[in-house]
Amino acid sequence: MLEARDVVVKRGAKVLLAGVSVAITPGQLTAIIGPNGAGKSTLLRAMAGELRPTDGAVLLDGVDLRTFPVARLATRRSVVAQSTNLSFPFTVLEAVMLGATVPGFGIRDRDAAVAARKALIAVGLESFEDRMIHQLSGGERQRVHIARALCQLSTAPRRPGETAALLLDEPTANLDLKHQGEVLTVIKEQSLSGRAVLLVIHDLNLAAAFADDVVLMANGQIVGRGTPHEVLNEDLLSHTYGCRLKIDTSSDGRRLVLPAAITRRQRTGAAAE
Amino acid sequence: MTTFDSKIALGRASVRPARGKLFLTLLVLLLVVAVLSLAIGPTGISLQALPRALAASLGYTTDAAAARDRLVLIDLRLPRTLLAAFVGAALGTSGAMMQGLFRNPLADPGIVGVSSGAALAAIATIVLGHGIAEPIVAPLGIYALPIAAFTGGLVTTILLVAIAARHGQLAVGTLLLAGIAIGALAAAISGLIVYASDDRELRDLTFWSMGSLSGASWQKVFAVTPFAIAIGFLIPRLTRGLNGFLLGEAEAMHLGIDTERTKRIAIVATAAAVGAAVAVAGIIGFVGLVVPHVLRLISGPDNRVVLPGSAILGAALVIFADIIARMVVSPAELPIGIVLALIGAPVFLHLVLRRGMGGWE
Repeated sequence: MLEARDVVVKRGAKVLLAGVSVAITPGQLTAIIGPNGAGKSTLLRAMAGELRPTDGAVLLDGVDLRTFPVARLATRRSVVAQSTNLSFPFTVLEAVMLGATVPGFGIRDRDAAVAARKALIAVGLESFEDRMIHQLSGGERQRVHIARALCQLSTAPRRPGETAALLLDEPTANLDLKHQGEVLTVIKEQSLSGRAVLLVIHDLNLAAAFADDVVLMANGQIVGRGTPHEVLNEDLLSHTYGCRLKIDTSSDGRRLVLPAAITRRQRTGAAAE
Repeated sequence: MTTFDSKIALGRASVRPARGKLFLTLLVLLLVVAVLSLAIGPTGISLQALPRALAASLGYTTDAAAARDRLVLIDLRLPRTLLAAFVGAALGTSGAMMQGLFRNPLADPGIVGVSSGAALAAIATIVLGHGIAEPIVAPLGIYALPIAAFTGGLVTTILLVAIAARHGQLAVGTLLLAGIAIGALAAAISGLIVYASDDRELRDLTFWSMGSLSGASWQKVFAVTPFAIAIGFLIPRLTRGLNGFLLGEAEAMHLGIDTERTKRIAIVATAAAVGAAVAVAGIIGFVGLVVPHVLRLISGPDNRVVLPGSAILGAALVIFADIIARMVVSPAELPIGIVLALIGAPVFLHLVLRRGMGGWE
């Protein structure tokens, strides 16, 4: 279990996280949603050990992240950042292999390549390994970075029972529908195979479709949590996002959230007032 | 699917040459140019004289011809070749390290002002070493110049990193512009110091600032040896960290790299390499730019190949350029910096244009 306990993060006088507690557990996909500036990415970075909490703590299987050497932390969690820029020309396979060779797990390149190819199969890019990464589309590139994170977790030495966490920041931003579906399916499979998965995501409908748990944030605090069905209700969301929303339920019981369109009658009504 | 399965089992990136073969080729190349460098010179003494020269240096013969051969081969060409190899290896790796550190293929100690910073400190040491700074400079002996240049390079590199940190992820343009500004400032201060120097110092300084190996001696070889050992010790501790930096600083941390430690080692190793190279050969540009670039074209950006490969290829390139510098206007010499700029400037331009067209992200 990876757990944020009363985490406060301040930058200067600005409070980015005001005492947030959240836990992700193996086998579960937890989505963090909320308006821009709610502190979603900050929470992810704190839980990744990248940001030190000003107060509170992040615990991995009960042990404070601050006591983890950075190299050991890399055996327990991997992170896919919102955008990763590569300044040098890589092939897809080389980029994915970095997930196994950079952390110094002590595995040979040959084994790293095997793990990288398996990760590429998982994200459906097995035929891309010799392509240069800068020639790929945004969605393909995002999947390469996910494959690199998978490669890191799959080659890391861990004892049985230790949590392996996968943290992803907006992995579906800028992707079209097909790639959104593909990327989230890969992520869902990871949670089903026993990883603890944390997903920061803007799209509420995707969160509703794929997440087991949803955490709704606003102004550096958690304002709602539970199953997608519980959290994605009109009152809570309208209040949090500060706009009128239309919430439906699809034929298979999933929540659908849309900004409410202003109807002609409302517009003329407003003008008449 | 069977072909793919067999590919998985093969476990190697198939588009790149095998690492062992690449290193072997580079070493053979280095050996060939080193032998050429020993064999070629205005006196026309060839390698066939080597046994005689060795005999003379070991005191087995007092023959006058043998003594002359010894002077040319053992006391002139050999230290010059060794120094060229060191300078090339140091500049090649320092370029690769800076590019890794700044995540920018255009970073080169000559272009971003680190060489100028090292040169400023060296010039100050040369000029002030006879005057007010004598109590500090004199006890350091042959190490005074490399130590001063190392310090100058270190200060400049730290300054660049500080500028980089201010902006988080450094933009390509900002780094280059900041480097140009720092380089210009260092050059201006160097100019002021040169203005205050006497004629003898002036001549030394002018020739030296163009980059030259003509003053090569065993003394200079000994002066850079500790630096060569230190750099050789630090580089293997950098390759994994800089490979993490290929993805970004946050990503390197996610992959278990102590990013601050990697930065510190890279800064110290870069300053040591640039400082020692500048101290013995003046400002030689473009080696750090061209060599890692060529290696990345061949082997990809893996620093486990690029860093040691840049050392070998850099050594070979500078020895080769030095042969040209010695031969073109023989018996006079061109400054090697000019030869390398003629090779390097077009490559730099090519890199800039390729980036401009969106070759890389």
